[in-house]
Amino acid sequence: MVDNSLILSIVTFIYGLAGVLYLISWIFRKEMPGRLATRISWVALAGNTIGILLRWVQSYRMGSEYGHAPFSNMYESLVFFAWTIGVIYIVVERRYKTRTLGAIAAPLACLALAYASLEPSSAIEPLIPALKSNWLIAHVITCFLGYAAFAVAFAVSILYLVKSKEELKAEGGGLIHIPPSELLDELTHQLVMFGFLFLTVGIITGAVWAKQAWTRYWSWDPKETWSLITWLIYAALLHFRMMRGWRGRRIAILSILGFLAVLFTYFGVNYFLSGLHSYGAFSQ
Amino acid sequence: MDEKTKVSPGYVDSLWRFLVSLKLTVVVLLCLAALSIIGTVIPQNGPSQAYIQEYGPFSYQVFALLDIVDMYHSWWFVGLLLVLVVNIIACSIDRLQTTWKVIFDRAPRFELSQYRNRNNRIDVKVQPPASQLKALFERWLCRRFRYCKVVSTDKGFAVTAERGRWTRLGVYAVHLSIVVLLLGGLVGSKFGFDGFVKIPEGESADTITLNSSGRLFKLPFTIRCEDFTVQFYEGGQRPKEFRSSLIITENGREMLRKQIVVNDPLYYKGIGVYQSSYERLESTAKDVPEKLSADAPIELTFQSVESGIIYTRTATIGQPVQIPEGLGVLTLERFEPEAKFQSMSLGPALLGKLVSPEGEVQTITLPLRFAKFDAMRRGKVIIAAAAQNAAPAKERYATGLQVVYDPGVWVVYAGFILMILGCVVVFFMSHQQVVVEVTGEEKATRIMVAGKSNKNRVGFQFTLQRMAKHLAQLAEGDAKKA
Ligand code: HEM
Repeated sequence: MVDNSLILSIVTFIYGLAGVLYLISWIFRKEMPGRLATRISWVALAGNTIGILLRWVQSYRMGSEYGHAPFSNMYESLVFFAWTIGVIYIVVERRYKTRTLGAIAAPLACLALAYASLEPSSAIEPLIPALKSNWLIAHVITCFLGYAAFAVAFAVSILYLVKSKEELKAEGGGLIHIPPSELLDELTHQLVMFGFLFLTVGIITGAVWAKQAWTRYWSWDPKETWSLITWLIYAALLHFRMMRGWRGRRIAILSILGFLAVLFTYFGVNYFLSGLHSYGAFSQ
Repeated sequence: MDEKTKVSPGYVDSLWRFLVSLKLTVVVLLCLAALSIIGTVIPQNGPSQAYIQEYGPFSYQVFALLDIVDMYHSWWFVGLLLVLVVNIIACSIDRLQTTWKVIFDRAPRFELSQYRNRNNRIDVKVQPPASQLKALFERWLCRRFRYCKVVSTDKGFAVTAERGRWTRLGVYAVHLSIVVLLLGGLVGSKFGFDGFVKIPEGESADTITLNSSGRLFKLPFTIRCEDFTVQFYEGGQRPKEFRSSLIITENGREMLRKQIVVNDPLYYKGIGVYQSSYERLESTAKDVPEKLSADAPIELTFQSVESGIIYTRTATIGQPVQIPEGLGVLTLERFEPEAKFQSMSLGPALLGKLVSPEGEVQTITLPLRFAKFDAMRRGKVIIAAAAQNAAPAKERYATGLQVVYDPGVWVVYAGFILMILGCVVVFFMSHQQVVVEVTGEEKATRIMVAGKSNKNRVGFQFTLQRMAKHLAQLAEGDAKKA
């Protein structure tokens, strides 16, 4: 049986290839590479799915002690992150009939997987007691659906800023490949709402898990606090948009800021701040 | 009218306008986000020496003054949360006053001319006459919209319909949920407690040390730890399971018995008992019995202080033993599984009586784990005891338990549910009104579909288009049948 991590390494390159083709299609304004990129994205997503399932199966094959749903450490969550970015991007591509986004989204998925391969903990390890909980699985899945929606929203926001620059330069001349600003703006809003809902559910399922495992649903641990900071930034974005009618540039900037907070919550906290949340050390 | 009454309405008014302003909301939200960062950079609730070492004494003074060492419970952070709550409540009251009538309107009015002039309206032409479509359209629309009404116009009819008026309440649910969450947190911190207790296997405890103050707190029941086991995965580094078998007793009566592991605590009377840590207890002798039968042979060693010679003898409880070199007579009296010496735990021990050659009587404690213990007596002979044939004891552990009472947790969970439901409604549902007007014209029948939605206008436009297409098909299909 092929090892899951081999498949996932190959998938990393496939996402990368898709990203390059999307970029070529965008820069040279050609349809063909874009269509090819879509096909390749599907292949990457399929490979990513197979990699995850294979890892799941392999963990059980290594013995019942090892068996677990593959959402339990940094490596596994990054692989899932790439998968959710892939899924959300493809849904957006089909629904809004635009490929330009792929030039940012596919490289993000590729980066997530590349970063995963740098993780020292890519071997399948049996779960420590604190991680044996269905709430944890719900927590990881919902958080990453939220993160991935924010990642795609981030891609849209970058496009928006690029676009508004270009629009300033060449009053709408031949910009067929970037969707109209209103669409990008609307897309950011939809994605942020989707991401916000899942981040909310993710924080809540995390709290319920924490109540069971660590006795308290909220203990102001740096990871928790940073997820709250992220949540607050997006809540502010939604209020600006819904109540003050902010559009476009300012929303795009807030969305980028929000995604930076997501990245810090996910990576930064582990490296720069000390806390108990480092994938569940058994405290005391 | 005096000065005061003239001025104060102005103050009250501007205070109110400040409290209901959305600017306040986003400023508070972003302030909370920014300030929260502090507590993730500076560790919270550490010992003061640690701060002084890390940041210097002056910084520590500042930290302590501003409550930065426990910032999430500081007056300014809690104050900010309070402003948020007041802001939310004030806004909700303010808004509800104006939208209440809109939300609970049972018979909405449609201004047809308004819809006819909307620039996003959709027109389609079909063949069948208007009169033929009336019942058909009414049936189709009324199945999909909660409210629907047909009105006659000069050259045909119009169906007015709407749905989702209640979804305007979603935002209040979200905001209420935040108040509920904070309330639940407050209830928990005011009326709850949490503490730690370490219980050696086979022992009981009814008093915990509170985590916040370090004070002792007596529980309304007793926890007994029957057994504790820790398992490791192969390789011995990664823990696999921590398991305590606990018995809850109240006034000596057993009330509950449960094995707890991490992620599966025990609840009794709303108080949760959580597996949190463990400790291996000190033990020097390998084979220390937990129980000793009355006739079990006991191996005694006597070391004469003068000659240094060690003698061994075997005895049972109650049987007097002559000590060599004429140093007296020892009679073992009983076995004590948990002997104490000046409140220090000695573990299992034998207690006995030593009668010296001069006839002096002394009580002696012989702990099975500490062979040198009797040397402290500074007698002429040092006695040690070891039990033979006793079942070898397994390693002994103490389980570390967190005991937590949080009466606010259900309030918090209710807030969670309310927040999720509210978000779904706010983000993905909307209040939609639709007018479908059918007008007979010279050669054909015109169907106009127009509508408005309070949210997601782009998506709603697609809905209208789909609706127009479907109605046209419906009309033509009916014509074919006829
Ligand atoms: C959790 C996600 C949240 C969502 C989805 C949300 C949504 C909304 C929406 C849709 C509005 C517009 C209301 C309207 O048009 O009547 C609004 C207004 C407002 N929100 Fe939020 N909100 C959220 C969280 C918060 C939080 C955390 C606060 C904290 C204070 C807050 C405070 C406010 C205030 C004060 C208004 C103005 C209300 C008014 O004028 O009626 N919201 N919010």
